[in-house]
Amino acid sequence: MTDLLLSLRGVHKRYGATYALRGVDLELRAGEVLALVGENGAGKSTLVKMLTGVIPVDEGTISLRGVEHTFANAQASQAAGILAVHQETVMFEELSVAENIYVGRHIMRGPFIHWSAMNTQAQAVLEQIGARFFATTLVKDLSLAERHLVEIARALSQKAAVVILDEPTAALSQAEIRDFYGIVRKLRDQGVGVIFITHKFDEIFAVADRYVVLRDGTAVGSGAIADATEQELVKLMAGRAIDQIYPHIASHPGEVVLAVKNLSHPTEFNNLSFELRRGEILGFYGLVGSGRSEAMLAIMGLNPAATGNLVVNGQKLNARSPGDAIAAGIAYVPEERQRQGGILSFSVEHNISLAGLGRFSRGIWLSKLRESELCQRMIERLRIKTESPDTLLSGLSGGNQQKVVIAKWLGLDPRIVILDEPTKGIDVGAKQAVYQLIGEMVEQGLAVILVSSELPEVMHLAHRTIVMRRGLQVAEFARADAHAEHIVAAASGLGHAPAPSPAVAISKLQAVAA
Amino acid sequence: MKNLLSVRREWLLLAIIAAIALAVGARAPVFLTWRNGLDIANDSAILAILVMGQMLVLLTRGIDLSVASNLALTGMVCALLGKAWPGASVPVLLLVALAVGALLGGVNGWLITRFDLPPIVVTLGTMSAYRGAIFVASKGAWVSDQDIHAVIKGLPRETWLGLPALVWFALVVLALTAVFLNLRREGREIYALGGNPHAAAYVGISARKRLMMVYTLSGMLAGLAGLLWVGRYSIAYTELASGFELTVVAACVIGGVSIGGGVGSVLGAALGVLFIGVVNGALPVIQVSPFWQQAIAGAVILVSVAVNARSERRAGRQILEKTTFKGATA
Repeated sequence: MTDLLLSLRGVHKRYGATYALRGVDLELRAGEVLALVGENGAGKSTLVKMLTGVIPVDEGTISLRGVEHTFANAQASQAAGILAVHQETVMFEELSVAENIYVGRHIMRGPFIHWSAMNTQAQAVLEQIGARFFATTLVKDLSLAERHLVEIARALSQKAAVVILDEPTAALSQAEIRDFYGIVRKLRDQGVGVIFITHKFDEIFAVADRYVVLRDGTAVGSGAIADATEQELVKLMAGRAIDQIYPHIASHPGEVVLAVKNLSHPTEFNNLSFELRRGEILGFYGLVGSGRSEAMLAIMGLNPAATGNLVVNGQKLNARSPGDAIAAGIAYVPEERQRQGGILSFSVEHNISLAGLGRFSRGIWLSKLRESELCQRMIERLRIKTESPDTLLSGLSGGNQQKVVIAKWLGLDPRIVILDEPTKGIDVGAKQAVYQLIGEMVEQGLAVILVSSELPEVMHLAHRTIVMRRGLQVAEFARADAHAEHIVAAASGLGHAPAPSPAVAISKLQAVAA
Repeated sequence: MKNLLSVRREWLLLAIIAAIALAVGARAPVFLTWRNGLDIANDSAILAILVMGQMLVLLTRGIDLSVASNLALTGMVCALLGKAWPGASVPVLLLVALAVGALLGGVNGWLITRFDLPPIVVTLGTMSAYRGAIFVASKGAWVSDQDIHAVIKGLPRETWLGLPALVWFALVVLALTAVFLNLRREGREIYALGGNPHAAAYVGISARKRLMMVYTLSGMLAGLAGLLWVGRYSIAYTELASGFELTVVAACVIGGVSIGGGVGSVLGAALGVLFIGVVNGALPVIQVSPFWQQAIAGAVILVSVAVNARSERRAGRQILEKTTFKGATA
């Protein structure tokens, strides 16, 4: 085969007893775009980490232009010509854009860094991709979308043989995505091999030449994009038809339990107003970094700079700390469950009982018996797969960890549950269980706010969906008249969204004035 | 490329220092003389040398608590060497001081990187260990004025081009540190590593190498400071400069070097040193008791840390569109 650039043979990666990758073969030729598709948790990110030298290969070989490589560290992989644009921006906030682009390989003049040349060249790369900020700006002053452009500029500025794009469009608007396709094609025409990781099908069909599908750490199919259909790819990815995983939501919204008025923050969001009803699932959709999580943190009293009015069950809530919000019956399951949600070195039981230890107290001691009872009930109700309540949280799969974190909050008997990206990074089976759980929660009379970047999720589950873009509430859709194109258009700031309501238009004006 | 906020901060600090100097000068005009200025500079010189090393360490999210012990141990080694070997010359003694200091600092770096230990624990341990080593080396005895080698005593008392030698040493160290941090790749990697260790791994920066480097450099500068200290005060003993590491860290923090890593500049840290020098020089002039001097210095440190923390917490993410910014660049 001519021009074989990169080939992987029988690559394995184990974490303890579980396989993240199991015998993956992959081939990439020069001047082609290979789409690497798969559900969250299928092993895409692990594969990227191995190719970029961040984690070692347990078994199998990686060869570049016929030469076998073992990348000891990220530098070795970069030196060989493999570069990655990461899904989550990996940046130095306190350094300038130019320095972020050239970090680790500063342009030198003699023994010293050649700042002016570095700034000029960085500016040239930024202009090439249509970025509208200066190379001397500090990265901490950039928005999330702008940071992605910096990452792309970093990859472009190097003479790369293989460029890996790991969900690079998650935070980009529609117009930015179109520009981005142009960049990908330009790379391909220069003879670069591009690995494009995404789970958006329109992107695959727009830019990719071939595809490889990963499922549960194994490559389950590959071929030319020209011969493939979306249905085939979906089937390969999920191993089953995708519609079955959403339960039927039978509940009907009742009386208002939470009213939010004029929730604002100096830099993060402005003038959010909405109501949440008993038995309702309210979706919050938007691009990554559109201010949804920040607004939820404000409701929980975790965002001190936020202002606005909250009314919970007819009573004004002035949440200055999470304790106030919890007392008012609000529970928040955060997005980054390892950092904000669960404690990996605690047992399942201790994680579940952590929120509200007061309930188990008998005098000044904790009642072990009551704690165990609750824990057992939750494990059964949420069907948490664990050997025993004493297993450490780190020993559970991602999906079961997420269930434990949700169980922790359900144990408090909340009336309002805010779920922030509850299915991020878990497999299809676990997703289905989480969806079912959400359905049961609203049927029992809870009100749920579902923050999600996965469109099918909000479209199938939410009674109403509020769309946020750049910190503003730009549209609202009822389930009956939610069309995927309209929601995406509103979220990414495209023209053919329904006309915004007067309140939204005013809030936009205020944002401009501020 | 300069952070606007930190530039503003540095001007503010300079203004505060000037205000204190003028206020004290109004009550005691002697404070504003060239002579007194030189005294303050001379007293601050050794602190400035140590602060440069400490800043490198703080930038990587670490801390080096062993600098004062390192200073005292290296000083004792130089004093004993001078006593035993009358033929010692300045270059030889300087080399010995730098080498011993670097070795002691290197031990910190090795312990931290080899066993993946927290810097505060390692340097707390070596702080005591090095202090103990002085006692062992000197058998608890003082090396006093008549036994200190003439060359060691002479060095800090030299005057070159109208400035004391100590001030020259400090200026050279400041200049070299500025060049290292701004114009050398290693320097920029130290900022990157402290700013985001996770991302640093992705771009291929070796944390092990950089940590080893900053602790060795910090130790080396402490060694240099040890030789100068022993010469300036003409004495070496076990408790020399005991507790001085806290003044060093304080000067860094006042100068805007973040304990959290990744933020700090030579100019800021130098102003932090100047601030401590001016306060320490001013309090006796306006007859504040030494006990109050410590309390006031401590209060100043707390205030500056609190101000730092507040400015960091206020920064939210920029999600709403910045209309002025777009207009300027479009």
